[in-house]
Amino acid sequence: MSEFTRRKIITTGFATVAGAVGLGVAARLAQKYGLVPPDHGGIFGVGETLTYASQRLLTRHSLAREFSRSQISKPPFPNEVEPFTNEFKRLQAGKFADWRLKIDGMVARPGTYSLDQLRSFPPHSQITMLQCEEGWSYIAEWIGVPLSRVLEDAGALPQAKYVFYFSFEPDTWESIDMADALHPQTFLTYGMNGADLPVGHGGPLRLRLPRQMGYKSVKFITHLTVTDSPKGFGKGIGGASPEGGYAWYAGI
Amino acid sequence: MLSHPRFYWGEVGNDLTKPLFRIPVPSSRRLVPTGYSYVLPDANGWGRYLHFQTAWILILTGLLYFIWGLFSGHFRKNLFPRGADFSWRGLWSAIAKNLRFERPGEADAWSYNVLQRITYLFVIFALFPLIIWTGLAMSPAFVSVFPATVNVLGGQQSARTLHFFVSIALLLFVLVHVVMVFRAGFISRMRAMITGRVAAQKRRT
Repeated sequence: MSEFTRRKIITTGFATVAGAVGLGVAARLAQKYGLVPPDHGGIFGVGETLTYASQRLLTRHSLAREFSRSQISKPPFPNEVEPFTNEFKRLQAGKFADWRLKIDGMVARPGTYSLDQLRSFPPHSQITMLQCEEGWSYIAEWIGVPLSRVLEDAGALPQAKYVFYFSFEPDTWESIDMADALHPQTFLTYGMNGADLPVGHGGPLRLRLPRQMGYKSVKFITHLTVTDSPKGFGKGIGGASPEGGYAWYAGI
Repeated sequence: MLSHPRFYWGEVGNDLTKPLFRIPVPSSRRLVPTGYSYVLPDANGWGRYLHFQTAWILILTGLLYFIWGLFSGHFRKNLFPRGADFSWRGLWSAIAKNLRFERPGEADAWSYNVLQRITYLFVIFALFPLIIWTGLAMSPAFVSVFPATVNVLGGQQSARTLHFFVSIALLLFVLVHVVMVFRAGFISRMRAMITGRVAAQKRRT
């Protein structure tokens, strides 16, 4: 076959080696600049890393679309929640006065916050869309305190790379990088559409992350941990979603 | 699609809003009103990983193909309709040949007929850009940087609905394409597609 000359084989060989070296350098740089997601392993890791890296470079300071008050979905669609435990019902009966948010890890002042303490921060609101990976969506006004404000209050250390957040519901926990944790639209949400956040929407406290799919906006938040590595949390791939087969980074 | 086989127009859509249409299939989620009691297994996790990894392969190979097609003259020489193709007679004869299910002759192996040219141009310059655009328009992170990409489509649910229709169009193209390749001679065409040369050698002999 005349098509496969020695020259072609050598050229192809060089191109392959150059490509492999280039990929190696790119991987090293991506690691250095925090562009590799915790779930970068496995056969889908390449696509996941490309998505996370490109969007992290592109979206570091962008704001999720906000809507007008007239676009708020009436009524907002409450997704399925697990049946409430007796412990939850007890807290609910006490109007969540005993609800506590614990903050630990790489913070100068670890501690706990009551809902009233969280409400004493200047409240912020956003009218954004909650988009579920299943395909449905709704728009609501979310009221709360930016996570960045609480992290500042607790004194998050400069070497922090991730914030892990845990739900009252067992085995429900996720994490975000600092770009998202410090993003002005990332809220600890306690209100919705001018009232308290209903339990069907994750009340009394839900993490709101409008630039990612709904499954990252975890309901019933009780615990935040600031860290510099996803290792040591479950399998080390960043949350219950990646452990259940869903992407860690859900900005798609 | 299976986790929510309902499609909407505008910004938002969920079980409480009226769908534009529904696909009459069971869902992989229990609460979606489908009319079926059967719940399909959840394949969204790995399905989404696969989808977005494949999207990267499409973007990267598509980019290479586009640049190559532009600079090599492939689009201009082989895909843009030729002078003679612009007459109704030329167009009609190509349509008639297809409708009579005439097997392509020897000469047809050398260049694309006008119907092929129009279809390929449509797939390359309309369907593929549209599938990428409507896909990105569903990404909350992407549209936070380029909100116009979803706003001009009429909203995020409109983008989803359009994405669905364009994917059906691409699927139909692939099906018809494969059937036509079989009709024209599967082995010789596959050889020609992969090496780009076998047919040429045959002709010289």
